[in-house]
Amino acid sequence: MAPDPPGMAGAGGAMDDLLTDFLTETNESLADLDLALVKLERAPGDAETLSLIFRHVHTIKGTCGFLGLGRLERTAHAAENVLGRMRDGQLAATPDVISSVLAGLDTIKSIVAGLTATGHEQAGDDSAVIAALNAIAEGRAPAAAPPAAALPAAAPPIPQATAPAPAEAPPPARAEPLPETAPAAEAPAGEAQAAAQTIRVTVDVLEDLMTLVSELVLTRNQLLQLARRQENSGFAVPLQRLSQITSDLQEGVMKTRMQPIGNAWNKLPRLVRDLARDLGKRIELVMHGAETELDRQVLELIKDPLTHMVRNSADHGLETPAERRAAGKNEGGRITLSACHEGGHIIIEIGDDGRGLPVDKIRAKALARGLASEAELAAMSEAQILRFIFRPGFSTAAAITAVSGRGVGLDVVKTNIERIGGAIELRATQGQGTIFTIKIPLTLAIASALIVESGGERFAIPQLAVVELVRAGGGAAADGAESRVERINDTPVLRLRERLLPLVNLRELLALGGATPEDAAGQCIVVAQVGSSLLGITVDAVFDTEEIVVKPVAPILRHVTMFSGNTILGDGSVIMILDPAGIARATGIAGGAEARGAPDAAGAEAAQSGNARTALLIFRAGGEEPKAVPLGLVARLEHIARDRIEWSSGQPVTQYRGRLMPLVPLAGPWDSERASHPVLVFADEDRAQGRDRCMGLVVDEILDVADEPLRVELSGERPGLLGTAVIAGRATDVIDTGYWLQRAARDWFAGHTGHVRGGRNGAARVLVVEDADFFRNLLVPALSAAGYEVAAVRSAGEALALCDAGTAFDAIVSDIEMPGMDGIAFVRRLRAEGPWANLPVIALTGHVRPEDVAAGREAGFTDYVAKFERDALLASLRQCLAETTQPALAG
Amino acid sequence: MPLDLKERPAAAARGEAEAMLVTLTVAGQLCGVPVLSVRDVLGEQVITRIPLAPPEVAGSLNLRGRIVTAIDLRRRLRLPPAPSGTPRMSVVAEQGGELYALLVDQVSEVMTLRASAFERTPPTLPQAWAAFADCVYRLQAGLLVVLDVPRLLALSPEG
Repeated sequence: MAPDPPGMAGAGGAMDDLLTDFLTETNESLADLDLALVKLERAPGDAETLSLIFRHVHTIKGTCGFLGLGRLERTAHAAENVLGRMRDGQLAATPDVISSVLAGLDTIKSIVAGLTATGHEQAGDDSAVIAALNAIAEGRAPAAAPPAAALPAAAPPIPQATAPAPAEAPPPARAEPLPETAPAAEAPAGEAQAAAQTIRVTVDVLEDLMTLVSELVLTRNQLLQLARRQENSGFAVPLQRLSQITSDLQEGVMKTRMQPIGNAWNKLPRLVRDLARDLGKRIELVMHGAETELDRQVLELIKDPLTHMVRNSADHGLETPAERRAAGKNEGGRITLSACHEGGHIIIEIGDDGRGLPVDKIRAKALARGLASEAELAAMSEAQILRFIFRPGFSTAAAITAVSGRGVGLDVVKTNIERIGGAIELRATQGQGTIFTIKIPLTLAIASALIVESGGERFAIPQLAVVELVRAGGGAAADGAESRVERINDTPVLRLRERLLPLVNLRELLALGGATPEDAAGQCIVVAQVGSSLLGITVDAVFDTEEIVVKPVAPILRHVTMFSGNTILGDGSVIMILDPAGIARATGIAGGAEARGAPDAAGAEAAQSGNARTALLIFRAGGEEPKAVPLGLVARLEHIARDRIEWSSGQPVTQYRGRLMPLVPLAGPWDSERASHPVLVFADEDRAQGRDRCMGLVVDEILDVADEPLRVELSGERPGLLGTAVIAGRATDVIDTGYWLQRAARDWFAGHTGHVRGGRNGAARVLVVEDADFFRNLLVPALSAAGYEVAAVRSAGEALALCDAGTAFDAIVSDIEMPGMDGIAFVRRLRAEGPWANLPVIALTGHVRPEDVAAGREAGFTDYVAKFERDALLASLRQCLAETTQPALAG
Repeated sequence: MPLDLKERPAAAARGEAEAMLVTLTVAGQLCGVPVLSVRDVLGEQVITRIPLAPPEVAGSLNLRGRIVTAIDLRRRLRLPPAPSGTPRMSVVAEQGGELYALLVDQVSEVMTLRASAFERTPPTLPQAWAAFADCVYRLQAGLLVVLDVPRLLALSPEG
C-alpha cells in the first residue's frame, strides 16, 4: 500500500452515501468487466457474457448520469454504444474492438480512482478514447484508437490531471519527491482504497461472529464470577483487561450489524410526495435522528410497519388543505419521524399535525362492536379508548375509515412490532394531531431480562414485558393497600390500584411441584404486559436483571410455547426464558390478536406456506353467509355516498383520488336507494411500470378481520368464488379477486381467456417467488384453490435459502423483474446445480415479447406466462408437472 | 488377538471388522455407543430442570457456553429411575446441529471389539430396548448392548 493516500480520509466525511455506494459497486463491476471482456475476446459469440458486459456498463452510465458525473457518463456512454452494436450483432468482437472498449474502461477506472481520492470528478480530456469508441460504433476503422489498441492494459493518455495516474502516464508533478515507483504504486492504492472503504460480507459471517462473541461474553461472565470468590487472585488484573476487551469486541461486532434507521426511511420522502399528489394534500415530511443505529435484523422487521404508519398518517391523519384552512391551521400538513436511543431501546415517533382521533366515535364503535360494555368504557381513560384502534377488525372495518380514522391494518402493525419484542403507544389530541410511539429493542440477540425463581428453578422474563413488581401481601396489605390478592371463588386475582388483573402462578403453570402456600405472603408478582392486557405472574422470588443472550431452545422443546428461548447466566447455569405472550395464551388470558404476537425464537419460518395465517377481510354481500378476501389484496376500505356514484355506459363509477374508479357490485342488483355503499378498493399501483388503477368492489357490509390459515376446501364451480373455507368457525366463501378485477377492467388481466378451473394435482408443492405483495397475494390463493400446496417468498435470495435448507417443491413460479437477483439469474443459479436443478420453473412477467421469451427459455425457464394470466399459469403448471413426473424415472 | 473374519458377513457389512465403543452402564446393564458418535464424556453436571418437557428430557446443561439438552437414558429405556443421590455421568452426542447429553450411571472405557463376538439383537428384548439396540457383543464378563445414538435422540414432543 502506498503511504497514506491523499484525500479520502478528509473527503470521506463529505462524500455522500450515494457516491460511496456507487464507487463500491462500480469498482466491483469494473473488476468483473475486465474478466468478462477477456472472456469475450476468446469467445466472441458468447451472448451471455456480452449482455453481462453491456448491463454493467449501462448501469455505470445510468448511475453516473444520476449523480451528475458528466465525464464518466460520456465515456461510459461511448463504450455502451459500441457494446450495444456488438450485442445487436452489427459489430464483431474483434481484438481491436475489445481493446478499444478496454481502453474506455481504463479511462473509467482512472476517473473513478480520482473520484475516490477526492470525492469529486477531476477535470480531464477523454475525447481521444471517446472518439475512438464512437468511430467503432459508427463502423469506421478502429485504427483510430492507437494508444488503446497497442496496449490494452495501459491507460489512454487522458488522466494527466488525475492524481493517481497509472505508471504509463507521465508522472504527475506532485509525485516528484517520491521515488520512481511511487506513481505506479499509487494507482492500485487508489483502487484498493475504494475497495477497502466498504467490503461486502455475507450476513452468515456476521451471524457466526455474533454467536461466537455471545459465547465469549458468557465465558467471561463465568470467569468474573469465579474470580469474585477468590480475593487477591493474580487473575484479577488480566481478567479485568480480558473483560474490557470482550466488551469492546462485543460492541464492535454489534456495530457491524447496526444500520442507521435512515435506511428504513429513505423511501418515505418519495412515498409521501406521491401520496400528497394523489390525495391533493400538501405534506411536509420531517425526519430527525435518521442516523440512529439499530440491528439490521430489527431494521428489516420494522421497515414495513413504519411505511404503513406514514402512509396512514398521510392518508387519514392529515386533513385536506381546505379542511386545514377551515380549522385555522397551516394549509400544509406535516409528518414528523424521529428516532433516538433510550437505554437498550430505540424510540421511534411518527407524528402528524392532523385532525387527531375522534375519541367519541371510537368509543361508540367499540360499544357497537361489543368490545366493551358501556360501564367499562365509562371507566376507561381516553388513552385506553384510543387503543381500540389496534384491535383487529376495528380499524379496518368500515366506520372508522369513513369517519376519519386510520386505514387498514394497524392491528397488523402492532402485531409485527410486538413480535420483535417491541411496544406501540399512541397519543392524540383532537384537532392537533396524532403521535405514535414505537419502542423496540436495539437488537434481538441480547436482551435485558428479570431473573425470577419459582419452585426452586430460576427463569428469565424479558424486561420489556415487565411493567412492575408487586409484593403479594395477602389480605390487608401494609403499604397502603395499593395492591392485594383477592379471590373470586377459588381463583386468585390481583387488585392493583384501579384494575383487576388475572393471576398466574408460575409454579402451577409449569407443574414445578410443591404446594403453593395458602398464604401467598412473601411471594412476588411480576406484572407483565402482553399486548394491551396486563397479567400478574406469581413467583417465589425476584432477583436482579441481567443481560442475556437469547438462544433458541432445542427442537424437542419447541412445543412448550411458554418459553421463548434459553440462556446461560453469569454463574454458568442454564435457564429458560419465559414468554409472557405464551403464558397468556396458555392460560387463555389474551384472546384474539393479543395472543398471536408470540416471538418465535426457534426461527421464524421464512416462507409463508399454505398453512400459515392469512389476514382475511370478512364481509357480507348478497345473502347472509360471510364472504372473505385476503386483506393483503385490499388497498383501502371506503364508504362511497350515493351522490358520489355516477354512471358510465351502464356501469357505476366514482371519482376516487383524481381517478375514475369502476364500481362492481359483488352481488345482487344495484340498490340505488341506499345512502352509501361499503366498497373494497383494489389498487394495482406500480409507478415503475406506469400502472396506476383501481377498482371498487361493492359489498353489503364489512364484518370483521380474521387472521387464520386460509385453506380453501370446497372449490366451488360458481364464477367469482375460489371456494369455501372455514374462517372464524364459519363456512365462508372466498372470493376470486382475479375474476372481479377482470370484471372491472377487461385488460386488468390482459388476454384472459374464460374462466376455466385448473385441475387438481394432489398435493403438488409450488413455490412462488414474487417481490410484489399484490401479485403474491393474488397468486397464493389462486394456486391453493387449484389444489396446490403453495409457499411464497419475496426474493430469489429467500428462495435459494429454502433450497439450501432442503425444502422440496414440485415446481417454481418466479417473477422476472425483482430487486436483487432477478428471475433470469435465479433460474440460471438453480439450473447450475443443487436439488432444484431439474424442477420446472415458470416465469411470470409483465411483458411477453418474443425476445423475452427466448431469453427466458435460454436461461432455463420451463415456461413463460404473462403475469396476469391465471389460467395460462395453471395450464402451464399442469403441463410442467405432468412432464416432470413421467420422464423422471427414465432419469 | 487374531481376527476372525471368515464367516461374518454381517460384520463386514458394518464396514469394519472391529468396532470401537465407549462402554457405559445403565441400571447394571453394560452398553456401548460407537466412539465416533461421542463428542464428550462429562462427569456429574448441574442440570437445569425444564418444566413441561417430555419425561425423557432431564433438563439442560452448559457445556462450554453451549446449551446441551440432557436425555435420561434410564427413562428413555423405560428403566426405573436412578436412586437419588447417585452421581451420574453423561455422554455428549450431536444430532442435527444440536448437542445432547445422554445421562448414564457410569461411563467406563473405550473397547475395541472383535467382529467375531457380534450377535444380532435377540428378538425377545423388551420393546424399549429393541427399539434402540443395534446389536449385541458377547464379552467374557457378559453381554454388551450396542445402542443406536440417532434413534435414542430422535425424541418426539409426545415422548
